[in-house]
Amino acid sequence: MVTLNQLIAVCLVYVVGLFLVAFLAERAALRGKGNWLLRSPLVYTLSLSIYCTAWTFYGAVGYAARSGLEYVTIYLGPSLVMIGWWWVLRRLVRIGRAQRVTSVADLVSARYGKSNLLAVMVTAMAVVGVTPYIALQLQSVTLSVSIFATNEAGLGNAPQINDNAAFWVAAGLALFTVLFGTRNLNVNERHHGVVIAVAVEAVVKLVALLAVGAFVVWGVAGGVAETVARIDASPIGTWQTGGGRWTALIVVSAAAFVCLPRMFQVMVVENDDERHLQIASWAFPLYLMAISLFVVPIAVIGLELMPAGANPDLYVLTVPLSQGQNGLAMLAFLGGFSSATSMVIVATLALSTMMSNHIVMPLWLKLSQTGAQQSGDVRGVVIRARRLSILLIITLGYLYYRASGGSGALAAIGLISFGGVAQFLPALLGGIFWRGSTRTGAIAGLSIGFVVWMYTMLLPSFGPDGALPASVFEQGLFGLGILRPQALFGITGLDPTVHAVWWSLSLNSLLFFVVSIFSFPSPLERLQGAQFVNVFDHSSGAARGWVASEGGVEDLMIMSQRILGASEAQAFFSAQATGQGRMDGPPLPTPEFVQALERELAASVGAATANAMIGQIIGGQAISVEDLMAVADESAQILEYSGRLEAKSLELTQTAQELSNANEKLTQLSLQKDDFLSQISHELRTPMTSIRSFSEILRDMEGLSEVEKTRYASIIHSETIRLTRLLDDLLDLSVLESGQGSLNAQRISLHTVIEQAVTTAQASSARKLEVRRRPVDEAIMLFTDGDRLAQVFINLVTNAIKYCDAEQAVLQIAVRQEGGKVIVHFTDNGSGIPDDAHNLVFEKFARLNSDLGSGAGLGLAICREIITRLGGEISYVPLKAGARFEVRLSRLVPSENAQG
Amino acid sequence: MPDARLFLERRSYRSRRMMDAVRILPLLCTLLWLIVPLMWPNGGEGNGAGESGQTALSTVIWYLFAVWMLAITASFGLWRRVRRSDPDGEEAARTPDF
Repeated sequence: MVTLNQLIAVCLVYVVGLFLVAFLAERAALRGKGNWLLRSPLVYTLSLSIYCTAWTFYGAVGYAARSGLEYVTIYLGPSLVMIGWWWVLRRLVRIGRAQRVTSVADLVSARYGKSNLLAVMVTAMAVVGVTPYIALQLQSVTLSVSIFATNEAGLGNAPQINDNAAFWVAAGLALFTVLFGTRNLNVNERHHGVVIAVAVEAVVKLVALLAVGAFVVWGVAGGVAETVARIDASPIGTWQTGGGRWTALIVVSAAAFVCLPRMFQVMVVENDDERHLQIASWAFPLYLMAISLFVVPIAVIGLELMPAGANPDLYVLTVPLSQGQNGLAMLAFLGGFSSATSMVIVATLALSTMMSNHIVMPLWLKLSQTGAQQSGDVRGVVIRARRLSILLIITLGYLYYRASGGSGALAAIGLISFGGVAQFLPALLGGIFWRGSTRTGAIAGLSIGFVVWMYTMLLPSFGPDGALPASVFEQGLFGLGILRPQALFGITGLDPTVHAVWWSLSLNSLLFFVVSIFSFPSPLERLQGAQFVNVFDHSSGAARGWVASEGGVEDLMIMSQRILGASEAQAFFSAQATGQGRMDGPPLPTPEFVQALERELAASVGAATANAMIGQIIGGQAISVEDLMAVADESAQILEYSGRLEAKSLELTQTAQELSNANEKLTQLSLQKDDFLSQISHELRTPMTSIRSFSEILRDMEGLSEVEKTRYASIIHSETIRLTRLLDDLLDLSVLESGQGSLNAQRISLHTVIEQAVTTAQASSARKLEVRRRPVDEAIMLFTDGDRLAQVFINLVTNAIKYCDAEQAVLQIAVRQEGGKVIVHFTDNGSGIPDDAHNLVFEKFARLNSDLGSGAGLGLAICREIITRLGGEISYVPLKAGARFEVRLSRLVPSENAQG
Repeated sequence: MPDARLFLERRSYRSRRMMDAVRILPLLCTLLWLIVPLMWPNGGEGNGAGESGQTALSTVIWYLFAVWMLAITASFGLWRRVRRSDPDGEEAARTPDF
């Protein structure tokens, strides 16, 4: 007979062994050794086996003894999911890796626009759903201890022992989880110690159950054929499962397999290599099949051997004990202990990550106003939050166990838990397959599903007058018959489990779908949705429009140091800087960099919190115009199209304006040409007339005095000179325009040129003009053609003399330098040039007022040509009072014009 | 891609068909596990099937576990083939299908 002390001793040795294995694995992983084992598909598959908890180990046999083959649905569902890895799990794992997801709540929240409300909802639902499950594990361990205790001490002090056992088991589990589960903050780094311990326990529980099964089949029943005969002869010997229960249980177990926080933890978060998934697609169903293989034989033999009142949940222990197989019973006990502890450890780990990331951290961020920027180590806060969450969850499980009094079949409690977490399924699958699903839809679906589950499954499980008064069971809530918890909408006669699963999941899905199609997602949701659904098209993901200033990088650095740790943060920043091609200094705050940082932080504290923390520093997420365009496909196209139309019409307007200007100019030019022709005819004709007249006089008149002859001949001479000058001007202009002729560039002082021009112009005119200058400004040396430049200045001064209509004509010549240019202003105090003539002053033959002056209208046209060739510009600047010509000169004549 | 080939060489073709099998296998299992048992008579609700109409539990066990074993074997075989023929089936899935 095994004594209680022996049992405790063996248990302690086993636990110390587990601690040792976990410790060695952590150390090997730290040194980078043992990757062949730690990162192997075998360990991955074995870690998935935390699906098989004490519920499997003890509960399945009890379940089979009560309801025949129904227990197998719980393993068929997950087998289907694994065999169908290509459809759902492959996508989940890829998304989990691409988005650095930390938990199922994180995935749902990240998908729906990093909504913290959703994360909190999922976390709360998971805690409520999983607490009974943790209580179940404690219950199974205490039940199994009580078997040995009863044998030793009689029934008297069994409850006392139960409570103590539950307490010490809970305390030990909390210690283990805190020690190995909160060592590193980044959840994406695998918890090697935990995973390897879970793998060891997976082997122990499988071996234990197979050993008991083999003993029962070959040791007790006497062979396969005899066992089969006994099965068919037993009370559960026929197929009795209703189709509704069969289908509902397979569906709910498949859903729970994907949605359970602990399964998500080992399957997605701790996944090292996507290829392991396909190996697990046959290896894990094999494990499930092996573990459920001997369940029915053990149940049948137990029913035969054990007295009628014995708890069928404990046949795995009691059958070997009744046959005197103490060693086997001890192994079976360790198997059950293993399945209970591994489940509690991983479930607590997953839930504590969710609680600290989605409840504690956001609260902490909100309460500490300066948030992520204040001093102090955030890592400490996160890890403390995680440890407190672990203690809280295990305490909750323990309290639930105490409150429920450890009653009820294990299988029933397990199913309630499955039904609760299965409510995540619509939002989860909708999120990864359907871009149209929205946050509002997910919130609505989850809420209704959770409420219906509570009302139809969780609360009734406490029995009539437990959580709900018996009257509610009979007459419905508020006396409404359609709200009876086990016959909603008046549909009676359904199995309670089928009823609850059916109504909660279908209402959940329906509301999720309907609200989704009638609500509109925010831009961030749509971006995330596209990234999740199209994860195989662009795993890297599009850059998000964080707009950070250079100064923000330092704050980001300070914050990251406190979350990632100083050396990790520095390594990350310098890697990013190198990636941007910066050899020293911090990385530039590009949107890509900030997004990479957000992902890195999300791996430690979850997507929503990381988003909020970066938002606090940078001051809000700006979604870039490109993003918005990409999101709003249709409106983007419309915008683009109308933009192009607008540009085109603007272009057309401009062209029309130019055409009209050109037309106006042409008309004026044509008029000018006519004017000029008459002018030139006049100009040519006037001297020609006088030449002809005076030459006729000289020829025909007799008796002219010498003085008269000389006078008439000099008139003819001066008129000829005038004609020649006119023709010279025309020639000069045509030479300049055609680009022929050369410039005689030399070093010359601007002062000299202006001096010469003013003197010449004033000398050749009778009208008085006051010229104001500042010789100091003019002391600039130029390398240019001084004669040509003087010609221009003479022209401008002469124009002022000719056309300035003020009483006291004043011309101001101002020189200044701007950049490499010399600017000369010729400003007079006359009335200036009329607006409509601005365009024309530099045109050939332009004469503003045919009445005034005697020029041919070529002066300014020549000026413009000269200045252009000297590498400058000349323009007319209209002033309120007076006219100003501005000459911009470069100090050097362009080389191609300088010599020729 | 307009210049993508419409047909694949034999090897790639075979690996595509293996992925098809990977996709169809869970549907087949669903049919065998979820739908077939619904058609068995059960002794539960006095449906008139009588003693002879009931299905013996051992028959059900043989059936379920045989399907289970076949599914595992098929999944294992597919894994071997896919791993050998196409180390990265993901990239191939976007190019032509036949």
